[in-house]
Amino acid sequence: MIRFEDIGLRYGSGPEVLSRINFTLKPGSFHFLTGASGAGKSSLLRLMYLGLRPTSGTITVFGRDVASLKRAELPALRRRIGVVFQDFRLLDHLSALDNVALPLRMAGAAEAEIREHVVELLDWVGLGDHLDAKPPTLSGGQQQRVAIARSVISRPRLLLADEPTGNVDDSIGMRLLYLFEELNKLGTTVMIATHNEGLIGRFPHPRLHLDRGTLNLTPAGIGPSVAVATMAPPTPSAGLAGGVLGAGWSR
Amino acid sequence: MFHHRLDLPLVEDATGRFMVWIMAVMVYLGIIALAGALVLSGMAERWENGLTGRLTVQISPQPDDLGTGTGTEVDSVAPLVQRTEVALALLRATPGVARAEPITLAAAHKLLEPWLGSALPDDLPLPALIDVEVADGGGLEVPALADRLARSVPGARLDNHAAWLDDLRRLARTAQLVALAVVILVGAATLAAVVFAVRTGLAIHSPVVELLHLMGASDQYVARQFQAHIVGLALRGGAVGLGLGLVTLAVLAHAAGDVSSDMLPSMALTPRQWLALGAVPLVAAGLAAITARWTVLRVLAALP
Ligand SMILES: Nc1ncnc2c1ncn2[C@@H]1O[C@H](COP(=O)(O)OP(=O)(O)O)[C@@H](O)[C@H]1O
Ligand SMILES: [Mg+2]
Repeated sequence: MIRFEDIGLRYGSGPEVLSRINFTLKPGSFHFLTGASGAGKSSLLRLMYLGLRPTSGTITVFGRDVASLKRAELPALRRRIGVVFQDFRLLDHLSALDNVALPLRMAGAAEAEIREHVVELLDWVGLGDHLDAKPPTLSGGQQQRVAIARSVISRPRLLLADEPTGNVDDSIGMRLLYLFEELNKLGTTVMIATHNEGLIGRFPHPRLHLDRGTLNLTPAGIGPSVAVATMAPPTPSAGLAGGVLGAGWSR
Repeated sequence: MFHHRLDLPLVEDATGRFMVWIMAVMVYLGIIALAGALVLSGMAERWENGLTGRLTVQISPQPDDLGTGTGTEVDSVAPLVQRTEVALALLRATPGVARAEPITLAAAHKLLEPWLGSALPDDLPLPALIDVEVADGGGLEVPALADRLARSVPGARLDNHAAWLDDLRRLARTAQLVALAVVILVGAATLAAVVFAVRTGLAIHSPVVELLHLMGASDQYVARQFQAHIVGLALRGGAVGLGLGLVTLAVLAHAAGDVSSDMLPSMALTPRQWLALGAVPLVAAGLAAITARWTVLRVLAALP
């Protein structure tokens, strides 16, 4: 799915933000990316969603060497990657509905189909009453949920989320992580950057830990597995998430 | 509730109103210049049609006619009236001449009246004039005819209006070139304004443009948004410019109608020419769209 080989990154002539990064994400895997603020999590994700080219090393995405890609091939590749940006990056002049519809419109889906799926998903993230609200009128947590809905609406093959639970309380945070898990169960490879150790401790997924630009892998199963066992899926049930995400509205 | 809106909030930009006015002014100027060029070409054509195929023979009074000569010269010339008859006979006998008629003294007086007043002295030494119509089939050798006339009739000069027509043609062509230059300059300024507006829009909305880019929007997808926006503005401005232009032309045509129609050739345009004027805003909008697209694609090419 994604392979980083000896990746190094600097911004301009600044210090090396990432150095000698090596890892492979297998298709269908679920990883957390942890590390202190400033460790380089956002930079690593930016490399993965092709928003940045590395200073050195080779990145392979969907089996293609990024350096060898033609410019015209990039949009289609990017559309298979869903991104939740740390700062949401919602379009303030568009309603929540239109924001979430954006990836489907870009892919050229039919309007009727778009509306149905978008309404269903916004309903599921608890924004069914805010379909027409513009982002500036929404709270931070609500905006975050719109951003997440937008990132998963087209069922991307790779989902990258940068601190997606940073602005919500833990119960909503759990619920969003369950949404990502549902998506993962449907085959999407997921990587979530976060420094909220408490929240991710309840999930048994492997962690990539960034420390001053270098990466260490902590295998799966670490953390209080009890919490995972006792943690009931939030309502509406994860089954509904499966229903929403499994509706076949990918393009 | 779910109407399709542009992903880019271009509508709220201040550049929008500026573009509408630029477009209005440019389309207005373009229409006036184009109308000028069309009227001029029509005039030049009518003049040419009216004048080619016509010759004028002018027979100047000689010293004898003026009564100042001593009358003792051996080779004194025949009186003006006789010389005119000779010239007429010669012209009518020349193949290729359809018609040759003298312009009467009364008619000549009438032509001079505006300049000299009605109280012309009868003995004013006016040249005799002969209006010659050339047969359509051609076959008339103008230089040879001029030569023969000059030899047979003292004081006779053949005027084929060529020099005057040449001047007229040159004037019309120059005026047309000026009109064309105005259209080109106006067009170039408009397109420069479009480039400026689009670049400004891209700069103002660079976070959104970058976001769309990262989400996998093709360059064409982004360009389409700018195109649609610019075309909307251009059509609105163009409609205003077209309206103002047509009003101006109507006022001008009205004013020209008051002037003696002999002096000012008709300013009437054919339906096809009116259509050409109506197409100006559409062409402007089309060019604006192409320019907007080209500008966006060029700027986006710099993104990773
Ligand atoms: N656009 C940028 N230009 C220069 N330096 C940057 C830029 N983005 C991030 N950095 C630097 O790179 C380092 C890692 O930042 P970041 O990837 O945002 O870390 P994290 O997401 O883990 O907080 C920081 O020192 C930050 O200052
Ligand atoms: Mg970050």
